[in-house]
Amino acid sequence: MPAIEILGLEKTYSVGFWRKHTKRALHPLHLTVEDGEIFGFLGPNGAGKTTTLKLLMGLVFPTAGSARILDHEWTDPVVKAQIGFLPEQPYFYDHLTAHELLEYYGQLSGVPAKQRKVRVDEVLHQVGLRDVRGVQLRKFSKGMLQRVGIGQAILHNPKLVFFDEPMSGLDPMGRREVRDLMEELKHKGKTVFFSTHILSDAEALCDRVAIVHKGELRGIGAIEDLTSSVQGKVEMVWQGSLVPASIKALGAEIHVSGDRVRAIIDENQQDAVIDILRRERQRLIAVIPVRTSLETYFVEKLRRSETTAGRTA
Amino acid sequence: MKGRIAYIASNTFREAVRDRVLYNLIAFALLLSGAAILVGQISIEIEKLVVINLGLTAVSLFGVVIAIFIGIGLVSKEIEKRTLYTVLSRPVRRWEFIVGKFFGLAGTLVVNTFFMAVGVFGALFYVSHKFVRADALILVALYFIILEFLIICSLSLLFSSFSSPLLSAVFAFSLFVIGSFAEDLRNFAGMAHGISRWLATGAAYLVPNFSAFNVISSIAHEQPVASQLVVQNTLYALFYATMALSGAVLIFERRDLK
Ligand SMILES: Nc1ncnc2c1ncn2[C@@H]1O[C@H](COP(=O)(O)OP(=O)(O)OP(=O)(O)O)[C@@H](O)[C@H]1O
Ligand SMILES: [Mg+2]
Repeated sequence: MPAIEILGLEKTYSVGFWRKHTKRALHPLHLTVEDGEIFGFLGPNGAGKTTTLKLLMGLVFPTAGSARILDHEWTDPVVKAQIGFLPEQPYFYDHLTAHELLEYYGQLSGVPAKQRKVRVDEVLHQVGLRDVRGVQLRKFSKGMLQRVGIGQAILHNPKLVFFDEPMSGLDPMGRREVRDLMEELKHKGKTVFFSTHILSDAEALCDRVAIVHKGELRGIGAIEDLTSSVQGKVEMVWQGSLVPASIKALGAEIHVSGDRVRAIIDENQQDAVIDILRRERQRLIAVIPVRTSLETYFVEKLRRSETTAGRTA
Repeated sequence: MKGRIAYIASNTFREAVRDRVLYNLIAFALLLSGAAILVGQISIEIEKLVVINLGLTAVSLFGVVIAIFIGIGLVSKEIEKRTLYTVLSRPVRRWEFIVGKFFGLAGTLVVNTFFMAVGVFGALFYVSHKFVRADALILVALYFIILEFLIICSLSLLFSSFSSPLLSAVFAFSLFVIGSFAEDLRNFAGMAHGISRWLATGAAYLVPNFSAFNVISSIAHEQPVASQLVVQNTLYALFYATMALSGAVLIFERRDLK
């Protein structure tokens, strides 16, 4: 059973004073997220990431299409008790303290009173807000609000969490903690769906990613598949600064730094290079297949769609 | 469901209290004691009349202002600030949110009215040094005032569910003023002819009929209130508030959050 199945959700906003103009925020989107995955939803600013999440949360209504979440119709209130949501730049009732807010949200999510007390303390500790639990939220900084946001999303132990840019506004420690938290959620068998434009986070965390641009899905797949669509090259590293002429002759791209030599060669020349190094008594340190980074893939995808869009226009 | 509505209501109440809404009680107390002392020189009968008239009118006006000023922001402010995102992504139905907000605001007003009523009775005791049976009529007037608040709360919520706080305030205040003259409006409609008669009658019966709720001057003169009026006003207020709330729910159920 997939955790999320998006079946052609689309959203067109009416804009302007008379609501005559339309703005298509999301073209019909089809997407499946498997149970237990960390799924990254990538795209540049204005791509439609937040719109997708708001549609899934029932905060805005789709122009067409539907979705299933945890094997229920997405608007079914039963679903809502089992999911957590962190909006982008979250904002909360600022007359409450962090503790009161979580207590209130626990009540709304139907967490029984006894568990609630324990759980609120646990979560405050987990997101690093235990020391400020009694401070009113109007006195919180941006990063602290983000932490509250993450806390409220995981408070009721949901099976599936949606994070809209979970790392934004956090300091390096905070980012690290959120990464660890997402991995911990996955470890506990939960599904995580998060949007981001920080590609290194996606690369480090996600099982699969989807890339959206201008409201359209432009690519989807496992990180390895997207990034290993490579040139068939390997990088070889050995100690010293000597570059045998026969390796140069193979047409390798060579970088020398410190007492390391890095040579990038075709995969099928790998054995030949190893033989040469052995003959020359050089110490081989590593052989690494060259991958395109997710960033290269991402930029490539967007650039390509730009040119095709330009052609059809 | 009932639990969630109660949680939302109590959070709304807590917000009003923390936003120091009940501070208006201080102003009210000052006004009332000032008036009581000022008229302290005149004869007992007039003193009582002034205290009851002024006291109850102030209770009603203070409450209306509070109902409108909190009510108009209840929905639109939450949409504007996006505090609703993390509420509606929980197992909270949109109608539960509206109903919870309504009870929270109504509760705030009841508490507020209670304290003001204590003030009125205090002032009354100060001027006449005793209570008589006719003073119980004040309770009926207070009950009507609270019924009136229920209608205003639901109307403010209705406006808040589709328009900005400023416009909602304008709508709600206008309806309050027009509603206070509803009886005159109905009489006027009776005198018109043709299509304007239909329009005027429609309008006259659509606006809340607050004139029926105002028994302040008659009870100040110790005239009894017909029990039929009590029943009638109760039913009318419940009906009107339910209708306005249903309208708010219908609009809000379909609304895209910003
Ligand atoms: N309420 C709205 N009315 C009109 N247009 C909107 C509305 N909300 C979003 N849009 C438009 O929809 C598009 C997608 O916006 P969305 O917020 O989903 O982008 P995003 O991918 O989350 O971007 P970011 O990375 O900046 O958060 C944008 O072009 C935006 O202008
Ligand atoms: Mg966004």
